[in-house]
Amino acid sequence: MRFSLGKLALPVYSVIAFVYLLIPIAYTFAFSFNDSIKTNLIWRGFTLDKWANVCQREGVCEAFGNSVLIGVISTVFATALGTMIAIALVRYRFRFRSSINLLLFLPMATPEVVLGAGLASQFFNLGVQKGTATIIIAHIMFCLSFVVVTVKARVASLDPALEEAGRDLYANPSQVFWKITFPLLMPGIAAAALLSFALSFDDFIITNFNAGADMTFPRYVYTAAARGVPAEANVIGSAVFLLAILIVLATQINGEIKRRRLAKTH
Amino acid sequence: MAFAAFGSQTKPASSKPTKTGKVVIALLAPGLAYLGAFFLTPLFALIMVSLEVPDPAGGYAEYVPGFEIANYGYVISEYLPHILRSFGYALMATVLALLISYPLAYFIGVKARPWPLLQKLMLTLVIAPFFISFLLRTLAWKQLFSNESWIVTTLHAFSLLPPDQYVVGTPFMVVFGLTYNFIPFMTLPLYTSLERLDIRYLEAGADLYASPAKVFRKVTLPLSMPGIISGTLLTFIPIAGDYVNASGDFLGSSETAMIGNVIEANYLQINDYPSASALSVLLMGVILVLVSVYVRKSGTEDLL
Repeated sequence: MRFSLGKLALPVYSVIAFVYLLIPIAYTFAFSFNDSIKTNLIWRGFTLDKWANVCQREGVCEAFGNSVLIGVISTVFATALGTMIAIALVRYRFRFRSSINLLLFLPMATPEVVLGAGLASQFFNLGVQKGTATIIIAHIMFCLSFVVVTVKARVASLDPALEEAGRDLYANPSQVFWKITFPLLMPGIAAAALLSFALSFDDFIITNFNAGADMTFPRYVYTAAARGVPAEANVIGSAVFLLAILIVLATQINGEIKRRRLAKTH
Repeated sequence: MAFAAFGSQTKPASSKPTKTGKVVIALLAPGLAYLGAFFLTPLFALIMVSLEVPDPAGGYAEYVPGFEIANYGYVISEYLPHILRSFGYALMATVLALLISYPLAYFIGVKARPWPLLQKLMLTLVIAPFFISFLLRTLAWKQLFSNESWIVTTLHAFSLLPPDQYVVGTPFMVVFGLTYNFIPFMTLPLYTSLERLDIRYLEAGADLYASPAKVFRKVTLPLSMPGIISGTLLTFIPIAGDYVNASGDFLGSSETAMIGNVIEANYLQINDYPSASALSVLLMGVILVLVSVYVRKSGTEDLL
């Protein structure tokens, strides 16, 4: 009896832990259907109204659109720069390697207030007007290291023999890269880009220091929090959540199907 | 999974260098130059601003370059409670996150090994909170623990909480929120470490008559140390600088203000840039000490 109880303890604990992790998500989702008037604090009844007319609430969709724009531009630049660094770090031996590792790690280890205040001071010293451009500059900076970490793992798992085979067949270096290396790195690059977009989209602290008067979705929520966040913000948050989960699940199921198909053919 | 890479220890590549020099520089230069311009120089800008003095001829919130070390003495004496509170909260939340995450990471990484699909699904659940806005999930906890919520009413009804006391605005609520928000940063590196754990070591320990507790203490725990260290760093650092959870509009009150709240208020509201910068430099200094301890223990290759 004691033995079986001990065996059950860990799974039961894990289920409780997952419930705990998911409670605020469920709450946010539920209150996106709340028939609220101004604030969204008390349950007043079920409605699909907020989902149907999400842009009716002033500022929500503008802030959301701006966040998407910032996220896309930052992701493109951070992914390109980070992928190049990741390839160099795994494929080549060179001096100052440990200094470069440290330089890449530090932005991830620096508290966001420090990054935010530092960049704001620099923009202030240079007389740069804060706005969407300064937010993008900040986001590329803090996404870069996360891209390097993610892509690096993929580069390391790549079999160099495949590229050698390409060279043996007289492919020139750029053909080897675009026909062999790049397609093989694609899953890692895609994961890095998704991570980068998620980080950019959800960032509040660094953005708040470098935004000037420009709104992003997290800034909208933060400003609204003083008066009460409208249900429309929950709609946006829930919709983004559903989309992200769908993308992750689709990737995993796709990977599993490929794995099973490979297992069959071999 | 992208986030699982947080605690990864990529082995040094076995492939021999094929080309060097120009290619490496071309690959590294743009990204490193970017970090130089928008990460390193801002840190120097921060140090410069932290030493500035009020402009004798200027008006409110105007400062000129100076060398006022006394700014540091001022912020330390003025904000010592906030500094201590930040590191205290960060320590508590990190320990709690470790205690909550370890069994979960152990279950996913060791016990669930026979079911890879379940493992993936559980990892997705661990990072699920990342997909909903950080601010919205923090506000959700605020509502769940609000003064009119059933949790607080129940606590009052059973006299577990004095009638004039509430939960939101207390240090408990802030530490609760910090712990919740940063648990994935702890669970993922722990998972990466435990996932690699060779079960045969555990069996060997048991074969040599070690009790399960002793096997855990002598085998599992030391082997998962890299995950514990990187998880601790990845939670402690952002928590120490956080100002959303402790903010009065979220889970805290003026009695729970942390360094982040002081920096934000000084920088964006009172426009006392030197004080805000001096505090940021102090915070960065503590973080650098922590990182250097880590580097001395595990080297730089494991950082990324």
